[in-house]
This record gives sequence, C-alpha cells and structure tokens, in this order.
Amino acid sequence: MGASRLPFKNLLRKPGRTAALLLLTALLAAAVFGGSLVIGSLRSGLDSLEARLGADIIVLPSSAESKVSFKNILLQGTTGAFYMDASVLDQVRAAQGVEIAAPQTFLASLKADCCAVKVQIIGIDPETDFIVKPWIDESYSHELGDMEVVVGCNVTAGVGETLKIYDQHTHVVARLAETGTGLDTAVYCSLDTMKKLLAAAEAKGVTHQISSDTDDLISAVYVKVKDGWDVGLVNTWLNGHVRKVTAVRARSMFTDVSDSLAGISRAVTGLIGAVWALALIVLLIAFAMMIHERRREFAVLRLLGVSRRGLRAEILAETGLCSLAGALLGVGIAAAGVFPFTTLIETRLGLPYLTPSAVTVLRLASVTLLATLLVGGVAGAWAAARLSRVDPGVALREGE
Amino acid sequence: MLKAESLSMRYFRKTGKANHFFAVHDVSLELRPGEVTLLTGRSGSGKTTLLHMLAGLLTPTEGKVWLGGTDLYVLPDKALSRLRREKIGVIPQSRSAIDTLTVLENVLLPAQLNGEKGDEQTAMRWLEALGIANLKDARPAELSGGELRRMAIARALAGGAEVILADEPTGDLDDENTAAALTLLRRAAEEDGKAVLLVTHDNEALRFGNRRFRMDGGRLYSDEQNARRFDAPELGKEC
Repeated sequence: MGASRLPFKNLLRKPGRTAALLLLTALLAAAVFGGSLVIGSLRSGLDSLEARLGADIIVLPSSAESKVSFKNILLQGTTGAFYMDASVLDQVRAAQGVEIAAPQTFLASLKADCCAVKVQIIGIDPETDFIVKPWIDESYSHELGDMEVVVGCNVTAGVGETLKIYDQHTHVVARLAETGTGLDTAVYCSLDTMKKLLAAAEAKGVTHQISSDTDDLISAVYVKVKDGWDVGLVNTWLNGHVRKVTAVRARSMFTDVSDSLAGISRAVTGLIGAVWALALIVLLIAFAMMIHERRREFAVLRLLGVSRRGLRAEILAETGLCSLAGALLGVGIAAAGVFPFTTLIETRLGLPYLTPSAVTVLRLASVTLLATLLVGGVAGAWAAARLSRVDPGVALREGE
Repeated sequence: MLKAESLSMRYFRKTGKANHFFAVHDVSLELRPGEVTLLTGRSGSGKTTLLHMLAGLLTPTEGKVWLGGTDLYVLPDKALSRLRREKIGVIPQSRSAIDTLTVLENVLLPAQLNGEKGDEQTAMRWLEALGIANLKDARPAELSGGELRRMAIARALAGGAEVILADEPTGDLDDENTAAALTLLRRAAEEDGKAVLLVTHDNEALRFGNRRFRMDGGRLYSDEQNARRFDAPELGKEC
C-alpha cells in the first residue's frame, strides 16, 4: 500500500462514515442535476413549439373556447375541434402584408369501436402549409395521398399499418420526429382526406357546431407576414376586417406559458439554491464532526512526519473522492428518476417537455459534477484549515 | 545527536494566582547515539511535554532543539515534518494506530510516507520479536491495549529513525512483553547506534538505561547515581 492510497483505504474501510458523506453529496447533485434537467426540458419543449409553429399570426374562430382548445392541443396533446368557414382563408390572403396563409382543419377521433386510438387529427394543405409540411418532409418526401396519414412520434401506430378513424381505414406512411409538444400525439393528413374523415365523423353523429352553407371547413389559418411589414398592424387589420375570427400573434399566445415556465424555473432554481445551502451547511458540520472524531488519527500522521500541507492534501483527497462519487451517484439517481418518467412529468406539468440533446445533458452533468466537487472542496478545505490549527501534541494527549 | 537547550514550555491561564505556568522549565538535555536515556517523574511533571518538544511536535516557548546541526524550530513545517519522518521515531503514550490500516500497514506506514515501499520482511521481524506477527492483518480495533503498544514500538523501530522517543512504552504490557520491548529498545541503541529516550514509571525499565533523569515541576534533574549499566536478560531473538 502506498501512502497515496491512504484516502482510499480510509474511505473503503469506514463504510458507514463514507456512505453518510456520499449520500449527502448525492442528494446535492441529484437536486442540481434533476432540477436543471426538468427546467432544461421545459425550456427545450417551449423553444421547440415556438420553432415548430413558425407563424407570425394564427387566425382562429372567435369562440371563447377555440384559443384555449388550440393551446391545449399544442401544449398538452389533448384533442379538440372548432371550425370556421373556409372563406376566411381567402379574406386573410387578401389582407395586405400577408405573405402566406395556410389552413389546417382539426378533428378529434374517439376512443371507441370506430377508431383505433383517440388522437387529434390535423388536416393540412400540402400546397401552402409551412408549419407541418417541412416537418413531414423530414420523414416523408412524397405528397400525402388519399387516406394516407403521417403520425406523431407518440402515436402507437407503425409505418405501413392501417389506422381506423371513424371506420375509415387510413394508411400510416411516416412517423415524425419528436417535438416534446402536443403535436407528437397528432395524426396528419391532407385536407382532402380530412373532408372524408369529417363526413365519416358526422355520419357517426359527431357534429361540427357550425352553421355554414358549405362543407368546406377549416380550424385555423397560419399567417406569415411579408418582410418589412409590422406583424402587429397586420394582426390588428385581420381582427378588424375579418368577421367571426380572432387573430392572435403566435408569440403572445405562449407568453403566459413562458411566464409560468419562468416562474417554475425560479422556484426550481430557488429550491436548488436552498438544497445547496443546506447541503453545504450539513457537509461543513459533517466534515467538522469527522475531523473532530479523527483528531488523534491526524495527530498520529503528523507525528509520523506528514506535513500540514500533506495533511490538508489527505483530507481534500478524501473529501474530493467522496464528493466525486456522491456527485456521480446523484447524477445517476436524478437520471433514473427523470428520464423514464418524462411522459408523466409532461402530463403533470401540462407543458411542452423535450429532453435536451445529449450534449446539453452531458454539459449539465459536468456542471453538476464540478459544482458538487466545489462544495465538497470548500467543506473539505474548511475542515482541513481547522485541523491545521490543532496542535498534534495536544491532540495526542487528549483522552489519556 | 538530539540536544535540548534551555527548553521551556509556558502555558498561560486565566485562573489562579499566576497568569502562567511552566510545564517544562529551562531544560537542557542531550540524547547520545548508542545510549538509552531514562526519564522518570510523577504525572504532570512535564515528561510528555518535553518529549513532544524533542520530537518537533510542540514548539517551545523558549529554548532550542538541535538534531545534528539543525535547529528544529527554525525549520518550516515541511522540512521539520520531513526530518521527523526520516530521523525521529516516536512511541506515544496514547493509542496511536491508524484505524483503517492493518497492523502490518501501520508498521510500514512511516517508510511509505517517506516515498518508499517499506520492507515487509523487516516489519514482520519486528512484529515477531514483539509477539504480534500473528496479528499482522488485524485492524487496530481488534487489538488489546498491550498489542497496540507493541505495534507502536514495532512501527518506531522499523522506520530506521536515528532517534527513538518512547513515552511509557511498557505501560500496558505484562512482565514478559515489557522485558521483550525494553530489550529491543536497548538493542536499537546498542547495536544500531540509535539515541533512545525512555520516559517511564516502570521500575523494570530502570535496568535498561545508560543515564537517568527525573523531572519535577517542569525542571529536569540528573539522577546519574541511580543509573545502572545494561544487565537485562537476552531474549534469544534476532531483530
């Protein structure tokens, strides 16, 4: 055994003491990593949703429920449907400053004999759609044909399978990449297919709650404003000139979500800070107790010729090893507690939730490791500084 | 070899008539190679304090300690620690084992702190001579007070120090082990040329010293007329 292995021996041969210190540091690391991971995932989810929407303005039916329902479809993956006359699309397109206006039609399937799964069905116009189409293009490069559907990543239907919706058989031609939003639980088809599904739904007794002389229904119009045009002005014009609709700026639609996310972020950060402060205090006490308990042992090392600096290095090596192992354990615990339960967390929070990239997760884990080592190091250095003031001669005579 | 020059250790206190007292007062003493120097005295007379100052563990309030030509207490901590590691072996009065190491690892520790591997065979010979070789893999918590004391003796002798400072090394030992331990310390002086200071209350130990001193009230008195030459029985063990 070399002298440099003394810290290992001390840790391994005092398992109770080591386990207690390890648990403390693991708690600290788990709080930091777990909290950061959840916050990061929420932030990623919201960013992903904002990026996926890509529209400046969204035009919805003016009913009070449509905006809430629309947000719930996007954020929580709940199902919903609301309609307006398709002529709205022409009025929007006619507005000055509008570069593109792309319609979507919604339909909620039933969890009944007629339908394989209860999902949100979204009909898009492949010609004009700039919201879903580019996303679909990442997975499926062909035009969506008659009764062909593309499914979000959380829909349990594989490519090539048949999906029964209102007794109509649709064919799954692609699965989309994850967004961490409600869009992951939706099924996408062309507007022509949607018309057939709407008719089938009506035949099953699902009413569309709209008095229209046409069967041409849409649920939302996504608007992209021309470069140089003021989005606010176009939005105001649409609200003033197109009847029975509400035009909403896409960014403002998620302001409250963003605000609540900021609130959660602050709360979690505060919690992490409190856990940190508590862990630091507890670690300081734990290390102080450990040092007190081992005063004689350290005095013996001094007697055998270990310098004050050497003793400090010994203590720091022990606390460092303990902190590192505790940090790794804590990161592992947090990972095991967060990654398998992302769906549950997403459902509970009711917010878009997308696990950050592997690089970001690794960066978070590294920061956690460093932060935990820092706290362990501070506590260890403080304990070592206290010890170096103890006279070995006096410590050796204690308890004689 | 190791020389104390007008060494004093003064402690300050708030209670009592005087605001300070001397645990050791104006002590001069030389430990010579090849000799066992005995130090006796009542409890609280300053023996252990003097030993700690000689070991470089306790900075005296007055006086100097020389090892060879080096004044211990002008050295920075690193150099003093190194000197203690290489040249001074201490057998403290109290329990001095590292609990997380085995008996053998404890004995090898001084050499390893010195950056050496440590001679396991030599360490085992000392453990055998002291009758605890069978406990080499035991942890200190499994040992009796006497066995721990013998382990500390083995550690001091196995380290190759020039000066051995032993503080009541036979305190927990029975007669047989007391004789064995004292013989080993005597041999360390006689055969290896070490300078040995033996702080003791044990009458048996008085037979093993070349010179004898007594401490009383922090002062050192020569007790040369009572010192005897070596006449301890041979143990028949080579160390």
